[in-house]
Amino acid sequence: MLCEECHKRQAVVHFTKIVNNEKTDYHFCEECARQKSEELGLIMKPHYTMQNFFTGLLGADTENVFVTQPDYDTYKCNSCGLTFTDFRRTGRLGCGSCYEAFNDSLDPLLRRMHGASKHTGKVPKRTGGTLRVRHEIEALRGKLAEAIRMEEYEQAARLRDQIRELEKDQA
Amino acid sequence: MWIENARKILPAWAKNGGDQTDVVLASRARLARNLQDLSFPGHASEATMKEVLRRVEQAVNAIRADHSPLKLTRMEDLPLLERQILVEKHLVSPQHIERPQHRAVILNADESVSTMVNEEDHLRIQAILPGQQISEATAAADKMDDLLEERLDYAFHEEKGYLTACPTNTGTGMRVSVMVHLPALSMIDQTRRLLSALSQIGLNVRGIYGEGSEAYGDIYQISNQMSLGRTEEEILYNLQTACAQLVESERTARDAIVRDSKLQVEDKVWRAFGTLSQARLLTSEEALRLTSDVKLGTDLQIIPDMKSIYLKELLFVTSPGILQKIIGREMSPGERDQYRAMLVRDLVNPNK
Repeated sequence: MLCEECHKRQAVVHFTKIVNNEKTDYHFCEECARQKSEELGLIMKPHYTMQNFFTGLLGADTENVFVTQPDYDTYKCNSCGLTFTDFRRTGRLGCGSCYEAFNDSLDPLLRRMHGASKHTGKVPKRTGGTLRVRHEIEALRGKLAEAIRMEEYEQAARLRDQIRELEKDQA
Repeated sequence: MWIENARKILPAWAKNGGDQTDVVLASRARLARNLQDLSFPGHASEATMKEVLRRVEQAVNAIRADHSPLKLTRMEDLPLLERQILVEKHLVSPQHIERPQHRAVILNADESVSTMVNEEDHLRIQAILPGQQISEATAAADKMDDLLEERLDYAFHEEKGYLTACPTNTGTGMRVSVMVHLPALSMIDQTRRLLSALSQIGLNVRGIYGEGSEAYGDIYQISNQMSLGRTEEEILYNLQTACAQLVESERTARDAIVRDSKLQVEDKVWRAFGTLSQARLLTSEEALRLTSDVKLGTDLQIIPDMKSIYLKELLFVTSPGILQKIIGREMSPGERDQYRAMLVRDLVNPNK
């Protein structure tokens, strides 16, 4: 459906007005709706941007999280110099070390975005340290428990040996 | 004649292949990676960006020696039109060509795997394949990641995973998506409901031209929202399951409209076909909308002799940069509409 005002853009704001039992339907595109908002008594939220999105997410817990760091301009990453104000403005971090520098504020943000704050996926060989092996051991333990439950004892013995081997390498 | 030439520059995803091609047009997997101890591109000095490019180029040369051919192209070495074409082939993002300095793209032989250097992150590895091939695309991106990772130190944190410029990508740095064509669901007004259900299970829905765009031609992109706290397999599985359900719903809807309003569907399809085969001026938007109807017609065998890669091929040749490449010169938008209509007529009436 096209906007009834400009007849060009897709209508995305659909609005029904009832005055004295007389019903009128309006269909506008976002731009025309914005222009007509006053006349129609609509309240349009400001444009949705990534920046508002972040500020919104961060702002929600300003009260408790930032109590110890009330000054965003001095709250910064010593590695790349990015301030927390910069991050709030752009929604982008400056370098890997920012994750440590802003950890107290980032952690709740990550939790809210992803529903989690701990990585469980792929680990790079060169910079992943021993995490790769630890993930592997964890996965094998899961398989071991499953094998025992299914009474597949030969398979379980093989898995147990594999786990021991990996643990030995780590030590 | 021009059709053969145009087909030569078709990217891998626009060709035949993959499963469920009546609904799923293409599958894409992307991994965001950064190099250790260097500022992310958005906050980096020119010297840092140069250093990133130097290290990556070195790694690519080493990979090339042992493995399949890879080609690194610096954005600033390409004329504007060629850069535009990379965007239209979905090999780089529009942002990547805006400021070409110290930016590059690494392509494999069939252009199914492309890696942007110095976009929002130091490395954006992506694989796009035709049809439903999400796990194949993921495997291809993962393999490229392994090759680069053997030679480069990544920014990685034990608890946070791969560190990215935007916290929405932290963790796996992984975004998988499918491009789906849902004309029947939109005819029976079910898309909005279905798509909002997808957001309930952590999936994002966008129009064909990305964030906030309208779903022209009833084409939608579905992708995962969360990248942290789940494994790559879990992210993949979630999208695969949702995609299978979408395909199922769309097919059911197609059966229903054929059963309940066959004549109306036939009318819509043949009208679209009529316009595409006769029009003298076509905007890319109109071409896309009509092609969507014609693709539905070929999938439902209303128009019998049309191949189903048709939509993607049309989509491809009608985009402004590619169109100018095929014709061989720069054109004004008005002129483009004229030549677009001409190419579309040729494609739609192959026996003429």
